[in-house]
Amino acid sequence: MQLTNRAKKLEKKPMTLAERAYLPAIFQGLSITMRHFFMKKATVRYPEEVRPFSPVFRGLHVLKRDEQGRERCTACGLCAVACPAEAITMVAGERKKGEEHLYREEKYAISYEVNMLRCIFCGLCEEACPKAAVYLQPDKIAPPRYERDEFIYGKDRLVEPVSPDARSVRGIQLTPEQADSLRNKLAQQPA
Amino acid sequence: MIELPALGWQSIVIFVVFALSLLIATYCTYAERVIAAFLQDRVGPDRAGPYGLLQPLADAVKMFTKEEFFPGGANKALFIFGPCLAMITALMSSAVIPFGNNVSFGNNAFFLQGIEVNVGMLWVFGVVSLGVYGVMIGGWASNNKFSLLGAVRAASQNISYELAMGMALIAVLMMSGTLSLREITLQQSVAGEWHFWNIVKQPLGFIIFCVCAFAETNRTPFDLPECETELVGGYHTEYSSMKLGLYLFAEYINIFVASAVMSVLYFGGFNFPFQYELRDWLVSNHGWELASAQNLITVLGTVGLFAKIFGFIFFFMWVRWTLPRFRYDQLMRLGWTILIPLAVLNILITGGLILFGVIQ
Repeated sequence: MQLTNRAKKLEKKPMTLAERAYLPAIFQGLSITMRHFFMKKATVRYPEEVRPFSPVFRGLHVLKRDEQGRERCTACGLCAVACPAEAITMVAGERKKGEEHLYREEKYAISYEVNMLRCIFCGLCEEACPKAAVYLQPDKIAPPRYERDEFIYGKDRLVEPVSPDARSVRGIQLTPEQADSLRNKLAQQPA
Repeated sequence: MIELPALGWQSIVIFVVFALSLLIATYCTYAERVIAAFLQDRVGPDRAGPYGLLQPLADAVKMFTKEEFFPGGANKALFIFGPCLAMITALMSSAVIPFGNNVSFGNNAFFLQGIEVNVGMLWVFGVVSLGVYGVMIGGWASNNKFSLLGAVRAASQNISYELAMGMALIAVLMMSGTLSLREITLQQSVAGEWHFWNIVKQPLGFIIFCVCAFAETNRTPFDLPECETELVGGYHTEYSSMKLGLYLFAEYINIFVASAVMSVLYFGGFNFPFQYELRDWLVSNHGWELASAQNLITVLGTVGLFAKIFGFIFFFMWVRWTLPRFRYDQLMRLGWTILIPLAVLNILITGGLILFGVIQ
C-alpha cells in the first residue's frame, strides 16, 4: 500500500570501493561537524541573558485597577465559572459608604484567590471578565516554591499596585511616559 | 653559568614532562567538553571562572570528595591496583619522547628529552601495551559481568590493533634504521638538504597508525571497552571517586602520548620548515652566537611540537563527536582483514621503494 507519493525505492547495491574504504564518508562527516564548530551557538546564557517572552505569553494573573486607582473587580464570578481548572475562588462583599475611592462598583471581592497549581494559564478568565479586571501578564511566571499553600495567590499578591510605575495595560508594563501621564491624571482627581 | 650534571637535567625534564602531562590531561577534560559543545552548536561549561577555565578544578574537587565505593565480592587489592597501573603506564610512556632539540648553557648541551634510549619506540610500545593490564585487572577485580566484558573487549582490541600499529611502524623504521625517537626526528630535517617529514613518504602508514592509535587509546569510534549503551560503563562501571578519575585521566594522558608519538614519527617532531635557514640567517645577518640561535630554534621547535600535539588532540576529540561507534565484529574485521593486510602491503611498497632508491 502506498500512502504518499514520496516513497523512495531503495536498491541494495554492493558498496563501491570508496564506500567500503570508510574514509570518504568519515571526512564528509568531519566536514559537517567542523561547519557546526563555527556556527552561531543556540545557547542562551540564562542569568545574564534572558530570552524574551512572546508578546502573547500568558503568565501570572493580575487584578487591575482603573484609572483612579480603584479595583475593577466586582466579584461577579464569571471568571470562576469560565475556569476549566476550577482554580479561582472568591468571596463577594458590598461596598460601604466612604469606600468609593477603593472599589469601582458597589460590589467587590473581599477575597480573590487563584490556585497556581491548578491554573492551566489558558486565559479564559481574562476573556470572561466583563470589567476588564483580570489579566494574565506576559512577562511574569509563577515562581517555584516549597509549600503547596504558597501557590494559592490571594489579593495581596494579585491586585495591581497603586503606584503608576508598577501598573500595566493588558498585562504590558507601562512605559515611563505612560506612567507619568497616569500620575498626572491621578493627581488631578479629588481625594 | 650553572653546571648541571646530565642526570639532574634529565630529572628536571622528566618532572616538567610529568607535570605537563597532568596539566594537559586536566585541560583535555575541559577541551573535550567545550569541543563537544561547539560541534553541537552549544557553548559548553562557562560558569567556573572566565570561559569556564576553572572547570577542571571543580571536577577534581568533585572527584576527590565523592564516595569511594567497593563492590561486594571485589578483589580489593586488585581493584585499587587497576587504575594505578593504568595511570603509571600512561605517565611512563612520555619519558622517551623528544620534546625539543638541544639547548646549551655555556659548555653544557642538553636535549629536551627525558631519557634517550636507542630502543625508544619499543619502550613506548611496551609501556602502552602494559596499559591494557590496568583496564583488564580493574575490570576483572570489579566482580561485575559488564566490567569483565569491557575488560575482555579492551584486551582483545588492543592486541588486534597493536599488530597493525607495529607493522605500520616497521615501514618507518625501515627508512630510519633506528628505534631512537630522537634519531627519527632528526632524520626528518637535515641542514642544507631538501628533506620531507615522514608523512610524505608514509601516507598509508600514517593512516593505519592513526586508526590504530584511536583503538589503542579506547577512543570513539573504537571505545567499545567502555561503551555505555551496551556495557553501562564498561571496565569502569564499578569505579567511583578518584579511582574513576585516574582511569579517565589515564585515557587523556594516553591521547597526549599518542599525539606526541604521531607528531614525532610522521610530522617531524620538533622540526619546523626552514629552521636551519632561520638559524643561519640570525647568525650571519644579525650577529647572533650559534648557540643562542640554536636555543631559539629549539624553543620554537618545542612550541611547534606542542602545536602539532594539540592539533592531534583536537582531531581525536573532533572524531569522537562525529563518528558513531563500531560494532564489535566490524571492529575486529577492520583490524584483522583490512588494516593488517594494508600494513603488510605498506611494508612491501616501502621495501621496494628503498630497494630502488626512491626513498631512503
